[in-house]
Amino acid sequence: MSTQDENPQRLPGGRPDTDGPEGDEMTDLAEIEDAKLKKSERSLSQAQMVRRRFFAHKPALVSMILLISVIILAFSSLGFTGTGGWWDKTYLQTGPVVDRGVPTILSDGLLGEHPFGQDNNGRDYFALVMRGTQQSLIVAFGVAITSTILGVLIGALAGYFRGWLEAILMRLTDMVIVVPLVALAAVFGRYAQNLPGGTLTLAILLGLVTWTGMARLVRAEILSLREKEFVAAAISMGAHPARIIIKHMLPSAVGVIIVNATFAVAAAILLETSISYLGMGIQAPEASLGLLISNYENAFQTRPWLFWFPGLFIIIIALCVNFIGDGLRDAIDPRQQRKGSRRPGIRAVLGLRGKQAADERTEGPETDAADASTTTQEKEGGR
Amino acid sequence: MSRPVLSYKDIRVSFTTEFGEVDAVKGVSFDVAPGEVVAVVGESGSGKSVTSSTAMGLLPGNATIDGEVEFDGQPVSKMTPGQRRRLRGQDISMIFQEPMTALNPVLRVSDQLVEALQVHDIAYGQQALRKAVDLLRQVGIPDPERRVREYPHQFSGGQRQRIVIAMAIACGPKVIIADEPTTALDVTVQAEILDLLRTLKGELNTGILLITHNMGVVADMADRVVVMLHGEVVETGPVSEVMLSPRHPYTQRLLDAMPKLRQDSHDLEETVHEAEEVHGEHVDPDGATVSVTEPETDARPGTSASETTESGPGRTASGDPFALEAKDIALEYKFRRKATRVVEGVSFQVEPGEIMGLVGESGSGKSTVAKAVLGLLDVPEGELYVRGKNMPALKGRERKALKREIGVVFQDPAASLDPRMPIGDIITEPMVVHKVGDKRSRLNRAQELLDAVRLPRSVVNRFPHELSGGQRQRISIARALTLSPTLLIADEPTSALDVSVQAAVLDMFKELQEEYSFACLFVSHDLAVIDTLAHKVLVMQNGRAVEQGSTDEILRHPHEDYTQRLLAAAPVPHPQEQAERRDARRQLLAAQGLNLD
Repeated sequence: MSTQDENPQRLPGGRPDTDGPEGDEMTDLAEIEDAKLKKSERSLSQAQMVRRRFFAHKPALVSMILLISVIILAFSSLGFTGTGGWWDKTYLQTGPVVDRGVPTILSDGLLGEHPFGQDNNGRDYFALVMRGTQQSLIVAFGVAITSTILGVLIGALAGYFRGWLEAILMRLTDMVIVVPLVALAAVFGRYAQNLPGGTLTLAILLGLVTWTGMARLVRAEILSLREKEFVAAAISMGAHPARIIIKHMLPSAVGVIIVNATFAVAAAILLETSISYLGMGIQAPEASLGLLISNYENAFQTRPWLFWFPGLFIIIIALCVNFIGDGLRDAIDPRQQRKGSRRPGIRAVLGLRGKQAADERTEGPETDAADASTTTQEKEGGR
Repeated sequence: MSRPVLSYKDIRVSFTTEFGEVDAVKGVSFDVAPGEVVAVVGESGSGKSVTSSTAMGLLPGNATIDGEVEFDGQPVSKMTPGQRRRLRGQDISMIFQEPMTALNPVLRVSDQLVEALQVHDIAYGQQALRKAVDLLRQVGIPDPERRVREYPHQFSGGQRQRIVIAMAIACGPKVIIADEPTTALDVTVQAEILDLLRTLKGELNTGILLITHNMGVVADMADRVVVMLHGEVVETGPVSEVMLSPRHPYTQRLLDAMPKLRQDSHDLEETVHEAEEVHGEHVDPDGATVSVTEPETDARPGTSASETTESGPGRTASGDPFALEAKDIALEYKFRRKATRVVEGVSFQVEPGEIMGLVGESGSGKSTVAKAVLGLLDVPEGELYVRGKNMPALKGRERKALKREIGVVFQDPAASLDPRMPIGDIITEPMVVHKVGDKRSRLNRAQELLDAVRLPRSVVNRFPHELSGGQRQRISIARALTLSPTLLIADEPTSALDVSVQAAVLDMFKELQEEYSFACLFVSHDLAVIDTLAHKVLVMQNGRAVEQGSTDEILRHPHEDYTQRLLAAAPVPHPQEQAERRDARRQLLAAQGLNLD
């Protein structure tokens, strides 16, 4: 048997024997499909399609560039240990307070003496904010990675094996969920202060209390994938459960996992900020964005910049990560159809694009009846 | 012909998608007259459903429509939203493919019927309820006064479709658009629903626009036929002309491709007489040849000269173990520690190199049997031998080794291939799982198999979503054959495919079976498909074996009432012949003492 071997009975004599690219004369659906397959050479993998859609999502793209800039800025200015970056001051070095510590960013330009001002002890506030951003980023990604690994593991085991294992794991999840998150995180944060490893230890400990949402989502996803025929095919092939989970189920659930991991990043920044604010997280003289805000909350009236700059960085990181998550969700799950535009722009995401559609809808049947020449369908089509 | 009640004039529809504009319908025109059934026939992607939806304005937001639909001489697109709403339901109503999703599961049938009547100012309150009961009676739901208060899930699939039809005729529409009204139903139920539609059409003088891919249904119902291909009408005309002397090669191809039961009406009449005789005094038909015994009367039906002992696997005439042998198996689904028996006391044998067809309607347990053979389901009772080894009793390594001998092809080609894996990996996965060969030999094997299923070798780097349904199903078959199994389980492998694609896949399946000579358990609801492939048939109903024997025996001279009904209900793509079969079926049902409704 070979590729040329066409079944003779499928080619009745009367059929015009043209294999034109239009396919108009071809009357066999199977043949037309095969011809198409030979013709088109370009082949997009699932990952390539996701990448294409993600880069078409403008807010996510802008957010990603912004987030990467913030990361580079934070780590290059001070260096990983807090010294050795291109910024000439460190976050620990005190000095005389010049002009009440007012930021020089407006008077001396972007890189003046103290662009973000100085704190009570004359420490450079730019260096402090950068150090705080570093710590917050480490916490954010550390928590997200830990909680994702733990959540995926627990969710996948519970969803695949069911039975007593599922009962134990999911009741454990419920137990963690019923304890208020901030209380649990504060206890773990306090505990982490006595352990070596600093911020990373804190991040891992916080990851141990925030995996529950991921575990539930992954379990739900695995439960539905379990009933898919390609999983049944793998089981009947004799494949090992580990292979089925890793090779077949998790790649299909990767959309849910990635999207929730990005949202976990944003949530972790806020969680670290909360517990540092409560004094249970990162301790002075180390800096974190939440700690900086907490330290200078009394100065809000007199020296608001001590509040603004760390706050601004919290907002930038959290928003960027959220938009990236949004873009990834749209890119990975194209079935979640957006109405109207195919490529959301900044305006659509900020809710400004919906106005036109809303106006159209509120015009109502009265105006529609008067305007008989344009049909609703044409409007729908034109949108 | 009288004035058309619904006419489509040069309809063009295009959709805006991620990859640009797609023209779904390219200028389609046809009319529907009162009391006339116009069938729109085509395969998937032909634009038949899109065309008909334009009349109801049910297309999604990204569609652009040109051309005009006229209802009773009035252009639909120029109507105001209010007029359009009145048009929907009152003048034009729809019957959908899947009755379970067309009915709201949380509302009583009475609420849904009364809603339809009240919305269109037909009747209110008690009066509407009385009308609803009348409608249910009209569509043949027994005991309508009581049953009108029940929920959709309390009805069977066929009854649900009757309720959908009752809703459709509630306001006395001038046109009914029936979008694949019988595709989700079993053949015997399909025949009943078609009978119902035919009677209603006569009573109400409505025009019916019947959208279908089934030429048999067309032959059964239609007055005129419109054949569509790629969004264009390729042929249109009266049913007898189009079906008996098709002019366009595509129509010819479509008719050729439809698998047919090799049986003439003469045979059917014979079976009717036989049924009449048999039914008088209910004796077990026992005139079959040696190869057939009744599963009800004999726990282990012996096929050709097998010397089966009470325990242990049986042997074929040549002394080899059967490729697959089931002995009195019972299967059940467990839900919250409660087990529901779905299969009871089924026995069969498949010899090496033999295709056995497993036929039955939905709920007969045929797919459950296939699942058990694949090891996806425990076997609480009975024995299941694969090449002489009782598979359910095996553990770990031995069981895995036995699974090498079994290949599988599932029903839904979209779901049975992992969407995240390239085709090459999919085909070679069984080799990876069983640690056979290295990278190079696996790739060679994949290319060899792609040649065998007539797909280009370059496909190894592509992903399932780039392939059509038929091509994916061929990939499925290739994967099943990777380890040259001795047994192939095919669970409705062609029922999700278009007719012409199905024909191609079946042809290939046959060739591959001859070349690789694997034994096969072929599960299908379609008797015609079984007839073209199988050597042997097992008919199942409600989890029990009804009848088994050679294909000729079962499909040409069935003994059991159920098999006869199943055969009589399958429509053929020939208007006159189908009319004869319809009468024969009614006679058969009457002879078996069943009511005709």
